[in-house]
Amino acid sequence: MGVLHFVEKNFYQVLFLTWEHIFMVGLSLIIGTAIGVPLGILITKKANLAKNVINGANVIMTIPSIALFGLMMPILATVGHGLGKVPAIVALVLYSQLPILRNTYVAIKDVPPSIRDAGKGMGMSRWQLLKEVEIPIAAPVIVAGLRTAAVMNIGIGAIAAYIGAGGLGVYIQQGIDRVYPEMIITGAVLVSLFAILVDGLMAAVEHVLTPKGIQLEKRLAQ
Amino acid sequence: MRQVSKRLYKLALLASAFTAGIALERTHTIAFLTDPYNYPEFVRLLFQHLYLVAISISIATAAGLIIGIVLTRSKFRKYSGIAMYVVGLGQTIPSLAVLALVMSLLGIGAKPAIFALTIYSVLPIARNTLAGIRAVPAPVLDAAKGMGMTPTEILFNVELPMAMKVILTGFRVSLVINIGTATLAYLIGAGGMGDWIFSGINMMMTDKLLAGAIPVTLMALLADFLVDLLGVVLVSKGLRWEEE
Repeated sequence: MGVLHFVEKNFYQVLFLTWEHIFMVGLSLIIGTAIGVPLGILITKKANLAKNVINGANVIMTIPSIALFGLMMPILATVGHGLGKVPAIVALVLYSQLPILRNTYVAIKDVPPSIRDAGKGMGMSRWQLLKEVEIPIAAPVIVAGLRTAAVMNIGIGAIAAYIGAGGLGVYIQQGIDRVYPEMIITGAVLVSLFAILVDGLMAAVEHVLTPKGIQLEKRLAQ
Repeated sequence: MRQVSKRLYKLALLASAFTAGIALERTHTIAFLTDPYNYPEFVRLLFQHLYLVAISISIATAAGLIIGIVLTRSKFRKYSGIAMYVVGLGQTIPSLAVLALVMSLLGIGAKPAIFALTIYSVLPIARNTLAGIRAVPAPVLDAAKGMGMTPTEILFNVELPMAMKVILTGFRVSLVINIGTATLAYLIGAGGMGDWIFSGINMMMTDKLLAGAIPVTLMALLADFLVDLLGVVLVSKGLRWEEE
């Protein structure tokens, strides 16, 4: 009951922190997609480069999130953004690269050569082939990468409260410091719900984006 | 062309190592670490961190393997779909939220932290064990049955070796996440390298911050690499050969 009372009393603050969290995760995801998807498509033509780029993204993923915030602080401090939203969003963009890049790369790579040949045979240009054939077929897998990235970023976004980025992590941070269980539970439950909700939504998007022919194929395979 | 790019790559690596060295010196991180007053503290925190990781990952591996194996037995197989779904859902819950919830239920200290780390680390291992065993081709199982193997023999001689690669991937993910999350265990009073990172952030002491962040990063990278090596030992030769 205490938790509901807490939410009722601080309703506008809860809304504000939720919005801050959505903003942080949303912006980092948009930037991450803008970098990751084109890069993922570009490296499908260069196997050697692809290995290096994906390995690099893998290394970033291995770095613990709070350590990455820590490592970036002195660097970003030189341009006056050691704390706050900027380092948080930079870190989130870096983390989102592995799932987005890898899924884009794998998805485009896995387009069956026969389909690609059919497109070429119809006289499609390289650009048309990408736009009309490769991307629609790869879309569900790319969205699956975005889904992983989004869920991960929501969790790391909560930790970003410790470097002053705001968001729902603030409730967890302050709740722990003040030993205020209602506050902790509000923060933790809202962050978890947010992650589960986004996961479900992206799963739905994944389903909608799957071309009808591929959906049928999958159903037949089962 | 390839020669040139390789040389450039080496040069870039050297340059970044050099810059990192200068940065470490400039921020007094090296001086901080080698300070006779800080050094014992460093060792203490490092061991605290390793202790949290070692205990939680051991329990989690045992539990994850058992869950995965039990759910693929013919008796429980019908529940494995639901179990996969629940485990997947559990993985979407942020690590900080798990730690915070455990703290509000069990209080502070090393024990709640180990509990939280354990339940968070079980998920990838259980999921991959389940997926790995489920992916063993039916003809292989039939062949084993036809040779007169008992279910236990099939499990240990066929299913687990075939699934080992996938299980190890789960273990690696689990271990790397565990090392990172153990940093947050400081927040609920369990110590570890997070102590220096969070104090460094709060006091705006770059040297302390880096002296905490760099060892944790190296630990995670090293763990990732070591599990890869473990794969060479544990994954059967035939399967590795097949892949190449």
